[in-house]
Amino acid sequence: MKKKPRKVKHEFLYFAWRNWKLRLGLLVVFFFVLLAIVGPHLTPYEPWAYVGPSARPPCKEFWFGTTMFGQDVFTQFVHGLYPVFLVGVLGGGLATVIGTLIGFTAGYRGGWVDEILNTFTNVVLVIPTLALLLILAAYLGVRSFFIQAVFIGCTAWPWTARAVRAQTLSLKAREFVDLAKISGMRPAKIVLTEIAPNMLSYLVMVFILQFGGAILNAATLDFIGLGPTRGISLGLMMQIALLWGALPLGMWWWFVPPGLAIALLVGALYITNVGLDEVFNPKLREM
Amino acid sequence: MNILEVRDLRVYYQTIKGEVKALDGATFSVAEGEIMGLAGESGCGKSTLGRSLVLLKPPMKYVDGKVFLEGEPLPIWDREKMNAFRFAKVSLIPQYAMNALNPTKKIKRIFADILASRGIRLKQVLSELNWRFELVELPLEVLKMYPIELSGGMKQRVVMVLSTLLNPSLLIADEVTSALDVSTQKAVAKMLVEFRDQRFVKALIVITHDISLLYQIADTILVMYAGKFAEKGGTEEIISDPKHPYTRLLISSLPKIGVRYMETKLRGIPGHPPSLLEPPGGCRFRERCPEAFEKCGEEPPFITLDSTGRQVACWLITGNHD
Amino acid sequence: MTRYLVRKVTIYLLTFFLAVTIDWIIPRFMPGNPIQTMLSRAALRAEAVEVMRGYYLKAFGLDVPVWQQYLNFWKAVFHGDLGVSVYLFPKPVIKVIAEAIPYTLAILVPAIILSWIAGNKFGAFAARRKWLDSTLLPMGYFLTATPYMWLGIFLAWGFGVALGWFPIAGGYSFAMTPNLSWKFVLDLLWHWFLPFASLFLVMFGGWAIGMRNMIIYELEADYSQYLESLGAPRRLIRSYAFRNAILPQITGLALQMGTIAAGAVVTETVFSYPGIGSLIVQAIQNQDYFLIQGCFLFIIIGVLLANFIVDIVYLIVDPRTRRGMIGEI
Repeated sequence: MKKKPRKVKHEFLYFAWRNWKLRLGLLVVFFFVLLAIVGPHLTPYEPWAYVGPSARPPCKEFWFGTTMFGQDVFTQFVHGLYPVFLVGVLGGGLATVIGTLIGFTAGYRGGWVDEILNTFTNVVLVIPTLALLLILAAYLGVRSFFIQAVFIGCTAWPWTARAVRAQTLSLKAREFVDLAKISGMRPAKIVLTEIAPNMLSYLVMVFILQFGGAILNAATLDFIGLGPTRGISLGLMMQIALLWGALPLGMWWWFVPPGLAIALLVGALYITNVGLDEVFNPKLREM
Repeated sequence: MNILEVRDLRVYYQTIKGEVKALDGATFSVAEGEIMGLAGESGCGKSTLGRSLVLLKPPMKYVDGKVFLEGEPLPIWDREKMNAFRFAKVSLIPQYAMNALNPTKKIKRIFADILASRGIRLKQVLSELNWRFELVELPLEVLKMYPIELSGGMKQRVVMVLSTLLNPSLLIADEVTSALDVSTQKAVAKMLVEFRDQRFVKALIVITHDISLLYQIADTILVMYAGKFAEKGGTEEIISDPKHPYTRLLISSLPKIGVRYMETKLRGIPGHPPSLLEPPGGCRFRERCPEAFEKCGEEPPFITLDSTGRQVACWLITGNHD
Repeated sequence: MTRYLVRKVTIYLLTFFLAVTIDWIIPRFMPGNPIQTMLSRAALRAEAVEVMRGYYLKAFGLDVPVWQQYLNFWKAVFHGDLGVSVYLFPKPVIKVIAEAIPYTLAILVPAIILSWIAGNKFGAFAARRKWLDSTLLPMGYFLTATPYMWLGIFLAWGFGVALGWFPIAGGYSFAMTPNLSWKFVLDLLWHWFLPFASLFLVMFGGWAIGMRNMIIYELEADYSQYLESLGAPRRLIRSYAFRNAILPQITGLALQMGTIAAGAVVTETVFSYPGIGSLIVQAIQNQDYFLIQGCFLFIIIGVLLANFIVDIVYLIVDPRTRRGMIGEI
């Protein structure tokens, strides 16, 4: 029996839609984005206000229960989502940009530029950034989410630099670049029109990974007490919960949701990444 | 007895848009001692044919047809059963031969492991191996090296030796000269012939888009177009007296030594092959054929013309022989 | 091979130099008068204050020019003299750290090694079976996406509080004093288990996922296709793929060291486990600068050492680096 060939206009979008990993991942991410935007409007309370009896488990009035101080956990939760995204995007974005610039320059230029940048990358790579930040934070009086994002961005880029450098090297060796060089194109133009489009898909995936990593980093910093001195975030919730004995008292509604949300969000980002990889690389696709 | 007999073989590619009819009804045979050249432009199905005889895996799909190797049926649709035939009876020199060796293993190790999987100790075949290395002009030290230490040509030759080590009845060489420089091409071509002459292999199928290579070494040439056979015959006859319009254009588009192209233009073949997703009915060359006529709307059968074994699928030639 | 080693050692020496320098800078460029701050926090008796002030002045060497202070610090480091802890006065810093390190190593080293081995085996196995792959994939991603401290808290709550099977604080029961009896050893292990498990699980997820992806990539490679064309048994193809996929997993281990160190710190905090992670957090909270200095130094040395060990392992495993080819990292 002959099968009629399907009309597929945009092969890329078709695969993108069909890929269950991409669908699932994006769905979860958008869910949390929505929650971060809409959530604060769903509750009548303020995150730090004392609105009820302390240490209440989840009930109709307080969907996620209350903290040791009688604050509504759900309110804190939805308010705490926004900084997570903020730092994730800013920190992850900054790390991606720095890593790409360094990696690309090293790969494209080669020679001693490459050597120097490589050494620099390796040194930054080896320094345990948490220890560094622990000490740095002891100095800074006031910390904001913005500063946290900057710090994460400035320390999380080395693996990206390495990866981008490897990509650049492999692209540089491809024929179409040689062709462009021979035809007398200026280096800047070669980079923009020949190399950049091929790297774009790769950079998108790198950014997603950095985004997820930044979220985890930020949560860790908040938890240690090196988070912003004002505001609320998911990591901060966990720190306060632990500090005030939520663990031995079994106040699971206080510390489970924040960490769970982070795990689901970052997990969704990773799965999205795998899906994206399959869409961009036909070899990995399941038929 | 023919080493290879293929009857009406159909192998399609499964894609999201549907089935690509890459090989649509191939019937031919290869005799003992014969070097058959399989020629055609990219996408005509020659590589599909070659690969399907050794490793038919997704996205390739077996649709129909029978294959016989030395009289025995060859179960190309059954990946498990084919293992008994691979390497020992039918072998492949792949298109990607230069990347075909595991980069983290020494050459000796690769040989030993593959032989061991067949229950053969490397020691047993070492002297034979040495001789074959000499034949392809590879120094023995190569065995102790890693693939990255070898040049492209050397890796190719290692693969050639490995693929033929167990003296398979049929060897399929897929674009073995495409990535080589001209002088190495000549050397490799000679080696292929040597393999046949030394009876390492009983029959050879050489897949290439380079007809001039086939002119050097092939006994017969089979020309493919868009998944179907166009013409088959002895090398001399095909080159000097091509009958199918496509073959004629192919031969004439080759540069000839001594001819100066300021006077005569080097002609290519305008247009491009049809999509094999929904191939046109009738002769697939119809749209590009300068001599197409009404009857070409009907698919021409691949007919034997005379006792020399010349076969053509073209109404121009066979139309009047109804 | 020598090029590879020389390169690596250079990086490590450079980093060590940089780290020690940063370490030295810490107390010097703090806002306010560090000595006064420390003294007031230490809540000492009047006589002790004067002794301490004199000691600090000498210790900081603030009476000599800056460059000499710097050199003195290097000398002190090599003598193992890291000063005296303020927070745990009068214990020398080096002693405090020496007591904490075994705990950290006890949870980190087995967690890293076991999770790496188990994760890689599991990931390779999952790449073969479709059904296992569909269940492993989401689970693995979830585990590796889990923040270390949350898993620690979750396990502590689940197995410690709710089920009551394990303790949730300390390196050993408060009622006991350290001795070499079986009872004490068991108690140690009992306290060790949850922090270890927490680190293990998160890392396991990461390795399993990584390996699964690498294996698939290797199985698609040209050399795998060629082996298949030669009728090689699946076993052989898989073993070749596995061998090649392990290599980036080894370099991945080196790349992860910073993250793992951070994970150890938070995990120890959750369980009040008396390792060096807990220590540095307490040191910061109490602004014990000598202790901070010492801990940071040790963490840096630990990470550098671990990186170096991984590099040596890579050297052994990838035969090409010995030949002076691909100096990958």
